[in-house]
Amino acid sequence: MGPLLKPALHILATAVLGVLLAGALIRMAPGFGIDEREFDLRLNDDSVRRIRAEAGAGRSLWSFYVAYGRGLATGDLGTSRALGRPVSELLRERIPITLGAAGAGLLAAWTVALTLAMVCVHCRNAVVDAACGGFNALLLCLPAAALGLLTMLVSGQSGRAAIVAAAIALAVMPRLFRLTRGILAEAWSSPHVACAMARGISPVRLMLWHILAPSAGPLLALAGVSTTLAFGAAIPIEVVCDSPGVGQLVWQAALQRDFPLLVNLGLMVCLLVAGSNALAEAASGVVGSAGRGR
Amino acid sequence: MKPFGCLLYFVAFWNLAGAPPAPVWGGELRFCVRADPKTLDPLQSADQPGETVRYLTGGVLLRLNRATQTLEPELAESWRTEAGGRALEFRIRKDVKFSDGSAFTAADVVYTLKALFDPASTFPAADGFRRGPGAIVVEQRGPDVVRIAFPNAAAGAERLFDEVAMVSKRWPADRRGAIGMPVLGPYRVVEYRPGDYIRLARNPNFWRTDATGRRLPYIDSLRLIVQQNRSLEVRRFTKGEIDLVDTLDPEDYARLARGGAWRAHNLGPGLGAEQLWFNQTPAGRIPDYKKAWFSSREFRNGMSAALNRADIARVVYGGWAAPAPGAVSPANSFWFNSRVPAPAYAPQQALADLARAGFRSTGGALRDSGGHAVEFSIITNSGNQMRERTAALIQDDLAKIGVRVTIVALDFPSLLERVTHTFDYDACLLGFSSVDLDPSGQMNLWLSSANAHAWNPEQKAPATEWEAEIDRLMERQAAEPVPAKRKAAFDRVQEIAARESPMLFLVYRNTLCAVSSELRNVSPAVVGPSLIWNVERLYFESARRAEARR
Amino acid sequence: MTSVRRAAAILLASIYVVCLFPGWVAPFDYAHQFRDLVAAPPSARHPLGTDALGRDSLSRLIYASRVSLLLAPAAALLATAIAALLGGVAGYCGGGVETVAMKATDLVLSLPWLFVLLIARAWMPLSMLPWQTIGITFILLGSFGWAGAARVICAAAASLRSSDMLLHAKACGCPRWRLFAMHVLPNLRSILLAQFLILIPVFILTEGNLGVLGLGVGEPLPSWGNLLRELMNLPAVAERPWMLAPLAVFAMVTGCFYLLTSPGDYA
Repeated sequence: MGPLLKPALHILATAVLGVLLAGALIRMAPGFGIDEREFDLRLNDDSVRRIRAEAGAGRSLWSFYVAYGRGLATGDLGTSRALGRPVSELLRERIPITLGAAGAGLLAAWTVALTLAMVCVHCRNAVVDAACGGFNALLLCLPAAALGLLTMLVSGQSGRAAIVAAAIALAVMPRLFRLTRGILAEAWSSPHVACAMARGISPVRLMLWHILAPSAGPLLALAGVSTTLAFGAAIPIEVVCDSPGVGQLVWQAALQRDFPLLVNLGLMVCLLVAGSNALAEAASGVVGSAGRGR
Repeated sequence: MKPFGCLLYFVAFWNLAGAPPAPVWGGELRFCVRADPKTLDPLQSADQPGETVRYLTGGVLLRLNRATQTLEPELAESWRTEAGGRALEFRIRKDVKFSDGSAFTAADVVYTLKALFDPASTFPAADGFRRGPGAIVVEQRGPDVVRIAFPNAAAGAERLFDEVAMVSKRWPADRRGAIGMPVLGPYRVVEYRPGDYIRLARNPNFWRTDATGRRLPYIDSLRLIVQQNRSLEVRRFTKGEIDLVDTLDPEDYARLARGGAWRAHNLGPGLGAEQLWFNQTPAGRIPDYKKAWFSSREFRNGMSAALNRADIARVVYGGWAAPAPGAVSPANSFWFNSRVPAPAYAPQQALADLARAGFRSTGGALRDSGGHAVEFSIITNSGNQMRERTAALIQDDLAKIGVRVTIVALDFPSLLERVTHTFDYDACLLGFSSVDLDPSGQMNLWLSSANAHAWNPEQKAPATEWEAEIDRLMERQAAEPVPAKRKAAFDRVQEIAARESPMLFLVYRNTLCAVSSELRNVSPAVVGPSLIWNVERLYFESARRAEARR
Repeated sequence: MTSVRRAAAILLASIYVVCLFPGWVAPFDYAHQFRDLVAAPPSARHPLGTDALGRDSLSRLIYASRVSLLLAPAAALLATAIAALLGGVAGYCGGGVETVAMKATDLVLSLPWLFVLLIARAWMPLSMLPWQTIGITFILLGSFGWAGAARVICAAAASLRSSDMLLHAKACGCPRWRLFAMHVLPNLRSILLAQFLILIPVFILTEGNLGVLGLGVGEPLPSWGNLLRELMNLPAVAERPWMLAPLAVFAMVTGCFYLLTSPGDYA
């Protein structure tokens, strides 16, 4: 229990702090407590006043957190103001969609990025390097939303989750490629690699044991960060592809200042970021100690 | 006899060849809505997807014929106004059933209206009826007659019943909008997948029948697909995945108008206008000299004359918009005042107007009498490309008379906060889409005490004489039972608005839409819902098409 | 320097000269509207055609380059510097310093910075010039864009902590600051360069996306971000492929940066 308790407490502390800060930011942002129904010409002054009261413009942040904390203890995450549905229901519907698409996209991105990086580092060929670099430069220059549209056009809209996953992979891959290439290039330049090559070790063994293994720490840290990248890319892609995932929900909630939904989404993001990074750190620790043991 | 017989055959053949094909029964009509409806409760719905579902499922007492813009009896077979507009009496149609087979009676009407007019309720549709203090009284007078008494005269209130769907008194109020709720409209909701689609099936007990006595609608089911992205919606339409698009951007319309398996319709200027107004709120967080500018009629008229509306219509909307002649669109055939002179593009006239107010052009820059350079910002909502381009054109036009304009595109909540709460802005460019032809639907815009009186809302007393006059005229037309007198009052409001320019009306966007060639009996209208207002009478061209769309 | 790198350097230098003196090169003012030539195809007078308001696209591309090519690399440099300092020090020191720093990066990664930007926009006067708004936007992007890189840099620095080279230097009595500056940071160069290269296009695109919230460049000033936003209208791009010119230049510049900063002697 001991080794798990500390990281769990760290994750919890990060999540609590994150939610408090996120709530404060949202509360301070312009447009909070504003409902676009206020500009509906059909509504009279009394209705507009009622709408303003419902929007909670005058309600203190502290009273919200107290109510939220009480609800959280009983599994009630509140009700979305913009969509008029329980937040727990919304998340239950949408998390699997985003998790599936982002997970598949991330896997594809890592596979392609790592493969290209290993090829570039191993081949040490200007043409190969320029080709990979050029392709990734082009992808980096395309907005994530444009990538989403392109994948939809190419695929003809069959299988929305696959389209979103492909677009996420295209959005995240170039960033992973650049960083992994840098990490592997750094490892390649180590003296022990030159020694290993001189001793005639096979390229595969060289790559696996003498380049990838020592680079495990930064690569695993990047893996932790890449979940944030994937989730960030999912937001504009889901909006553009009309995929009913969490990313689309985040955008709608932000534009409508849907406080209950935003706070819960903020909590989810905090847990995702802290959790994935903690996992990466733990994996890095295991790999490091295994290396030392060897 | 022979030539006469041939003639008979010829006439019969001619009539048969020209006769419309018999309607085909069946199939599924598919189109998109921009978002999930916030609620399926017909009394609560205020957003467009919710109102679309309400239109398709709700039975109303009176229906506005979108083509002729006249009110027609629906579930009420007749109605009359009493006591100088203070009361309305409806005679309810007999032998009408809800979708679950239960009888629709006057008791259901009373139940619905009492719930709607309950002072504790927050139904958006109720506000239009509430004109001043006092309760609205609903009573049943006889088996088929319902009488509604208003505390004050409410001219034109009958048109609002187009938005009030009757609900069954047997259905629990807390489950209103749930799937399975009995309805009176041509369709009922049978499936709802949030973020995906809403499926409606025919109401087996819908009261309307076709000429052969068979119950309408012709089409078996509707699928409302949730699609926020407009270009994807158009793409789905061109691929045949959906059957109609009721609002097209000018660029998409231009593409579709080139031809294909569809009909693209340009209905001319619609009811939606682009408007610019200046912040005249005394509490506005702007310097006093700017307040003085914006309160000056000459300044506003000068700015108006400097704007090239024809270019906005041509350049931004590709010609599919019309320079706005005034506060009311020409598409609103009864209420439009054709005597109001349309604003012309006249930069020299603009400078002359401004000179009268003490503005002078110095070194290419316009300055007021206090030496301040005329510079202000225009806020508009971001993400609307047409509006951002309109703002850029305005910036360029005003630069020609020495006015420097900064364009700031804000997200809608931030913009709304500035315009309605903090009043921290100089000028605002927005579009208003009017769904109500009647001027009483714009009371909250024109009354100086109203919250939507954009340039200076919620005034305790009218700040200017012309606003006081508009207040009087609007109250008068709201209580006047004679339509011609109402029109005269509202014509005067339009003339005052043209003279004082509290809002600069720029262009009326054309209503652009497209329908699959295989869908019949479509009669596009500028009043929404443009293409499905007669949904019960729409049908597919061929049985094959209808079968393919099961 | 190889011929490829030389070519990339010359191209990049030429683009920067054009950026710094756009008035010499651009045929028209970026705001001038030729209202009778809306969305015109390329011609002798308008080599890249005109945009939806009749403004010369080539002129707008040149002026847009000035905004994006000067500000985005500056913001990327700021973010990379912060990441190098925070991540490097955290990884180098280890222990409690590393833990606290990494929890701070987790927090920074998970907060909705969109609302910080909205708050910043709300505080800025509406009459601010487009240059001022965009400058503040890029400073904010640079100030918050370091968190992801800091993690990777921290892990890389941590792996160097127990390296022979560092142990040797410590044994020779090298002071800590010198160890960090002369032995840790240089060995993180590849990662820092990679991060810098990634952030330039990311910030350019982010600036374009922030236009949706009123934080990008205001009309009529062009930027690559708002030019690239027009690519979202794919049917229009299919009909007017010259709209891809900003993307081509953007990709070319990003490629040049990549070639110039690639490690190794084979590029």
